[in-house]
Amino acid sequence: MRVSFSEDLLGRIFNGSGEPRDKGPALTENMKAIGGPSVNPTKRILANRMLRTNIPMIDMFNTLVVSQKLPIFSISGEPYNQLLARIAMQAEADVIVLGGMGLKYDDFLYFKDALSKGGALSKTVMFIHTASDPTVECMMIPDMVLAVAEQFALQNKDVLVLLTDMTNFADAMKEIAITQEQVPSNRGYPGDLYSQLASRYEKAVDFADSGSVTVLAVTTMPGDDVTHPVPDNTGYITEGQYYLKGGRIEPFGSLSRLKQNVNGKTRKDHRALMDAMIRMYSSYKETLEKKNMGFSMSRWDEKLLKYGELFENKMMSLSVNLTLEQALDLGWEILADCFQKEETGIKSVLIDEFWPER
Amino acid sequence: MTENTGKVISVNGNLISVEFKGAVSMNEICYVKVDDTPLKSEVIRIRGNVAQIQVYEMTNGIKCGDAVEFTGEMLSAELGPGLLGQIYDGLQNPLPVLAEQAGWFLERGIYANGLNTEKKWEFTPTATVGDVVRAGEYVGTVPEGSFLHKIFVPFYLLGSYTVKSIVEKGEYTLKQTVAVLTDERGCEIPLTMSFKWPVKRAVKCYSERLAPIETMETKVRLVDSFFPVAKGGTYCTPGPFGAGKTVLQHTTSKYADVDIVIIAACGERAGEVVETLTEFPELIDPKTNRSLMERTIIICNTSSMPVASREASVYTSVTLAEYYRQMGLHVLLLADSTSRWAQALREMSGRLEEIPGEEAFPAYLESYIAAFYERAGYVRLPDGSTGSVTIGGTVSPAGGNFEEPVTQATLKVVGAFHGLSRERSDARKYPAIDPLISWSKYTSVIDSEKLQFCKSILHHGYEIGSMMKVVGEEGTSLLDYITYLKSEMLDAVYLQQNSFDLVDANCSTMRQRYVTDKLVRVLGSNYSIQNKDDARSFFNNMRQKFIDWNYIEFKNEDFNKIESEIDKLYCKANGELDKLAEKLLKDGE
Repeated sequence: MRVSFSEDLLGRIFNGSGEPRDKGPALTENMKAIGGPSVNPTKRILANRMLRTNIPMIDMFNTLVVSQKLPIFSISGEPYNQLLARIAMQAEADVIVLGGMGLKYDDFLYFKDALSKGGALSKTVMFIHTASDPTVECMMIPDMVLAVAEQFALQNKDVLVLLTDMTNFADAMKEIAITQEQVPSNRGYPGDLYSQLASRYEKAVDFADSGSVTVLAVTTMPGDDVTHPVPDNTGYITEGQYYLKGGRIEPFGSLSRLKQNVNGKTRKDHRALMDAMIRMYSSYKETLEKKNMGFSMSRWDEKLLKYGELFENKMMSLSVNLTLEQALDLGWEILADCFQKEETGIKSVLIDEFWPER
Repeated sequence: MTENTGKVISVNGNLISVEFKGAVSMNEICYVKVDDTPLKSEVIRIRGNVAQIQVYEMTNGIKCGDAVEFTGEMLSAELGPGLLGQIYDGLQNPLPVLAEQAGWFLERGIYANGLNTEKKWEFTPTATVGDVVRAGEYVGTVPEGSFLHKIFVPFYLLGSYTVKSIVEKGEYTLKQTVAVLTDERGCEIPLTMSFKWPVKRAVKCYSERLAPIETMETKVRLVDSFFPVAKGGTYCTPGPFGAGKTVLQHTTSKYADVDIVIIAACGERAGEVVETLTEFPELIDPKTNRSLMERTIIICNTSSMPVASREASVYTSVTLAEYYRQMGLHVLLLADSTSRWAQALREMSGRLEEIPGEEAFPAYLESYIAAFYERAGYVRLPDGSTGSVTIGGTVSPAGGNFEEPVTQATLKVVGAFHGLSRERSDARKYPAIDPLISWSKYTSVIDSEKLQFCKSILHHGYEIGSMMKVVGEEGTSLLDYITYLKSEMLDAVYLQQNSFDLVDANCSTMRQRYVTDKLVRVLGSNYSIQNKDDARSFFNNMRQKFIDWNYIEFKNEDFNKIESEIDKLYCKANGELDKLAEKLLKDGE
């Protein structure tokens, strides 16, 4: 299988076999093989550039890094495509390659609409497989998308790849493996599920002296079960994950493994504040549980309850649009609203510098 | 070498059936010719005149009728000076050399020599003409980094040999003959400074295996004090994704008190290898004052690289570890992750249409895992010195459930279990080793009774904590509540450690003993505290002091200052040692 590659791709929409689905002309020049060999690890460089999204739960708590591969774990019904579209428009990337697998037709229209309204369509290439297209084409989508992204990256472009939804891709693989009478390993999925997913996700790369590929992929969890083979294997491959739950990015479980490559350079209170706020939020959750069981609340519990509410409303809500620095300042405000200095467990030097005057 | 060829009769993924004429042996290496590109493969099953081979490369484009050449050799590692500091793939191809030849991508069919054959090494002979030598004894040395690299009589030579001639001290390449041996029948065997050894066979050129009793410092408090690992021992680190397995191994590879670290990145992320590659050359090993990279070998077969060489990478790395052990060095092999290796076995087993065992893993999974971990050990070498291979493997259980076959098979054969828990990692507690489920059979760096005391506080605190979830804080007695706070504090200031802080991440044994004593005093005391709010605030203050203490260099001025603040706080609350703690501290003196 091969795919045509040139600047002419930008703004175009194709299907899983590389044919146009936007009434434009077919492209046959400069064909590139898809599913090529993996990048030599010594030719990669350490991911160390932050990708700002202005979503505090991402920028502050789980920073997205150029060349990272991150799935968005979600259950059906969550606004994951909306989140993806928002990141596509707000993130700094030269080229966006969108792959839709088993997409509902209205979701396809939504992406087209949102990206053209946001003015991002002209730097976007879409490969779309809708739910009613042949299964084999679904399996081709990630390879097509990543082959194109890789070519752009080799031309010194920072490429953002958006894939939705990888569970449909895995299911397509399962369908075909079973038809071929392969021995299934776990819930009917083929034994090489991990290797297959990995060979796609590992295309995310920051080339030494050239561009980069960053991959954000939606993985819906059937039955909200993170131990289902698809999200489970994905989690072991990717560099963290975002959990989308109740319309918010959950701080527990969500993780950007590469954040420490960048969050030491943003502001010196970033790491300590991030850790302290999450720890407090975790204590808040415990207290909330106690409260719901009808126990009386101690003074400490009252503080935690106040904190949890502020944190959820001012930080976690997906509608919040703040730069990282604004979000950090807000974090200190919230802590100072609720606690005494020594209750936070933050190093004293940082408290002396950043604790807001009251 | 006799030309032995065959032709492809069927292809299924990376499993190929080949019809051959001559003699073919199990695990023999052969090459499949695709459009003149030779693809390295290994024979894994022979039936009649059909061999089934696994290809170490992507197999697209292989056709029925393609020629296959058998080499008569097993999959081997090249052993000799120049291994340290290298970055290999699972088949011991140096990745930087491949990058020079092929550019950005790992194009298939390109192989390179594991060792640089051009480079000259300064050889000093130690054997003299007429000496009788055996496999595993050495005839000379070359300096490699900060070590004296011994030039061995190859491990595969059986019986005893006489040194017929040996070169003068001087510079030689790996291709040049440095000595000639004669066997009992007078046949001459020329020796170079390197030789090959089949990776799937354990090196056994030692006089005896000793019990692993010497603790290997990792500078991680939770490991060294609570769940220690011994030199020559084995341990495993299972945990769900995102629990910090790799970070923990990464810190261990930096600070562990061993001579050589071999990192086997087996089926994991390429980014993690890049991190090591970028970081290690910059870091200085305090023991030798040289770059950390000079004591490290990386075997990297990341998840997107072909699955068959993933299986090989584990064996290649343990072979290199054994080789350096033979020089009387202490080697730590970190394999991340053994589950990916097991999955590689499962993939092949599926293609071979073997009867699947639990979760479709092959039935021989357990014996393979046991055989791998058994290659660790503390040994006495023929010259009387000792060396060790310590193996630490991560396990990535599906769904974070430890009841799965790979974790269970591993737990049977290791000496320490560091189980990571999702709850601890979600609460950002690093390292996320769960103290309630983990265990170790090795000796701790701190006194065993003090350890027992700390563990009992943790267990007791956990019990009270779970009870408090049911009966609430007001249903808990002040005494129990204080015990609970004590266990929380122990967890926060001792079990947890900041791996990004240079001082905190590198906590020496001396310091661990010192801090433990202080903790036993604080935790083993009764205080004149009247209510729960006071108790909470006292332990919060205490915790804060200990955390600040952790970030300061051991025994410098600030360290002593904070210590006196801790003592002051202790006195202010009228701390009084209870009997048990008093006895523990007295015994320690």
